[in-house]
Amino acid sequence: MNAPHSPGAWDTRRQGRMRRIERAASLGVARQVPASRIGELLEAVIEPGDRVCLEGNNQKQADFLSEALADCNPERLHDLHMLQSVLALPSHVDLFERGIASKLDFSFSGPQGARLARLVQDRQIEIGAIHTYLELFGRYFVDLTPNVCLIAAQSADAAGNLYTGPNTEDTPAIVEATAFKGGIVIAQVNELVDKLPRVDVPADWVDFYVVAPRPNYIEPLFTRDPAQITDVQVLMAMMALKGIYAEYGVKRLNHGIGFDTAAIELLLPTYATELGLKGKICTHWALNPHPTLIPAIESGCVESIHSFGSEVGMENYIAARSDIFFTGADGSMRSNRAFSQTAGLYACDMFIGSTLQIDLAGNSSTATMGRITGFGGAPNMGSDPHGRRHASPAWLKAGREAGGPDAIRGRKLVVQMVETFREHMAPVFVEELDAWKLKESMGMELPPIMIYGDDVTHIVTEEGIANLLLCRTPEEREQAIRGVAGFTPVGMARDRKMVEQLRQRGIIRRAEDLGIDPRRANRDLLAARSVKDLVRWSGGLYAPPARFRNW
Amino acid sequence: MENLEFRFAAQPVKPAAGAALCGVVGSGNLEILIRPGDEADACTVVVKTSARGFGKIWEAVIAEFASRHPVGGTRIAINDMGATPAVVTLRLGQALGDYTGGAQ
Repeated sequence: MNAPHSPGAWDTRRQGRMRRIERAASLGVARQVPASRIGELLEAVIEPGDRVCLEGNNQKQADFLSEALADCNPERLHDLHMLQSVLALPSHVDLFERGIASKLDFSFSGPQGARLARLVQDRQIEIGAIHTYLELFGRYFVDLTPNVCLIAAQSADAAGNLYTGPNTEDTPAIVEATAFKGGIVIAQVNELVDKLPRVDVPADWVDFYVVAPRPNYIEPLFTRDPAQITDVQVLMAMMALKGIYAEYGVKRLNHGIGFDTAAIELLLPTYATELGLKGKICTHWALNPHPTLIPAIESGCVESIHSFGSEVGMENYIAARSDIFFTGADGSMRSNRAFSQTAGLYACDMFIGSTLQIDLAGNSSTATMGRITGFGGAPNMGSDPHGRRHASPAWLKAGREAGGPDAIRGRKLVVQMVETFREHMAPVFVEELDAWKLKESMGMELPPIMIYGDDVTHIVTEEGIANLLLCRTPEEREQAIRGVAGFTPVGMARDRKMVEQLRQRGIIRRAEDLGIDPRRANRDLLAARSVKDLVRWSGGLYAPPARFRNW
Repeated sequence: MENLEFRFAAQPVKPAAGAALCGVVGSGNLEILIRPGDEADACTVVVKTSARGFGKIWEAVIAEFASRHPVGGTRIAINDMGATPAVVTLRLGQALGDYTGGAQ
């Protein structure tokens, strides 16, 4: 028998929690903290070296708490280890420049990517790792459990119960990991109300809340104006629908953000329905509430959508379509990033998205020189989950194309959809990803590859579709990629004879091979050609943000 | 502005219309006019483009088009305002579709 541990050695986290709560009590602040005293509270409950999880994704942001933390005294608070889904706001970077935080574990850093890269080069920040969302959430429950979390909700009641509103997003995962391992949960809310529409976070998981002087920031990241969709994107969408969606009977899927996939969404009520695909494809989604999906929903093409977060302006439409979206008894949407990412990983048969660069092995990356952007959720959904065991026709067909008729597992369809040139004639297809140079200059252990080539099953460009499942050698794979790489240097260097052979075998398929008349590749085929059209389709329920109203 | 001229041998076309016009001269777009040419087994192309220095890519795009479709006996005039190869190829296909009445 081991000697018994001395009493108290088993609850140091709980004791730490009590110590912090007592310090807050000595300030004379109650659970509801006045906004003017938030800095004092943070300095009282956070200790140097703490792991602090700051809520904020590419949608909802705990921006008031982030700014308050950045304004704390670095002599009191320093060497914090920040845990964040997304590094998006200037104040997120201020924390490091002001010496309050020194270490960062995160997932995505879009708008602050350049500032972050400079901090790394100046050694003002130590990056633990760059994760996917699910990895980061997973580590909150393993070795990155927060001491304190700073979260955002729509409203609180006097007891401290929280209503997150449609943008629940990451809140449940963060609070669960913190509240049940001796941590402190601090929430900013937009308003204090007598009665919440529903309770998303119960009061006894919340230690402090503050009514922020202005509502938390939410970015309408998933709104794409149909007016900006081009004829080439319509052509690519037609090819994808006929050559992949119809071919595999893809019913359960996730779409990335972008105009390429927005074009597909807007062809569901028109071209796809004309092909007889209504009800046979795209019925069940893990997807944010994309406004461009409204015409498909209204046309009866969609049965169910579970969302990572909400989308600004879609609230009333979602509430009025509770058969489609996940909503509470109160009527408003409940999103959940961790669950929706899990759905995208395990319960979907296809991920389709765009990227900035693709190499000859099919690896793709959104990294560019001088910017650290991270991963977000795309790699969770854009990967073949080896933990999957349930079958579906699409999954089985893809698995048998790759492994033959006796394959013992299926395959997730992972599709990259790109025009061969980006703006300023920058080629998407490259011999070597910029990610390798970034790895060198940033001292990373691995190049930041978004989707690994061995997970990619199809590449769609304006020149056609390459089916990588059917390639049997690395050489075939390389030529299949070159064969749809258009007039980029990579495409021009193709072995024309081999590409023609791949086309004979159906590994490469051009628009004409799919029976697509280029004259139909026209914006007139889109179910909506403007944001105003989307509002009309929604019966006036969709209320687009001001920046998307040009009428 | 840059003016480019090309001539490619190609299988003879079977026109269904006297001429075909496709696209508009706008940013990132182009206008293509297909008319009957002088030689039955060749296609001549005149490009006026606002983007200088892309002659090699133009040649490759049009050569690829002439090798994939029967376009002999045509004269093609292009007015371009910085269209990508993707847009050029799509518009060429659309103009040829109109010129041949869909038979390619």
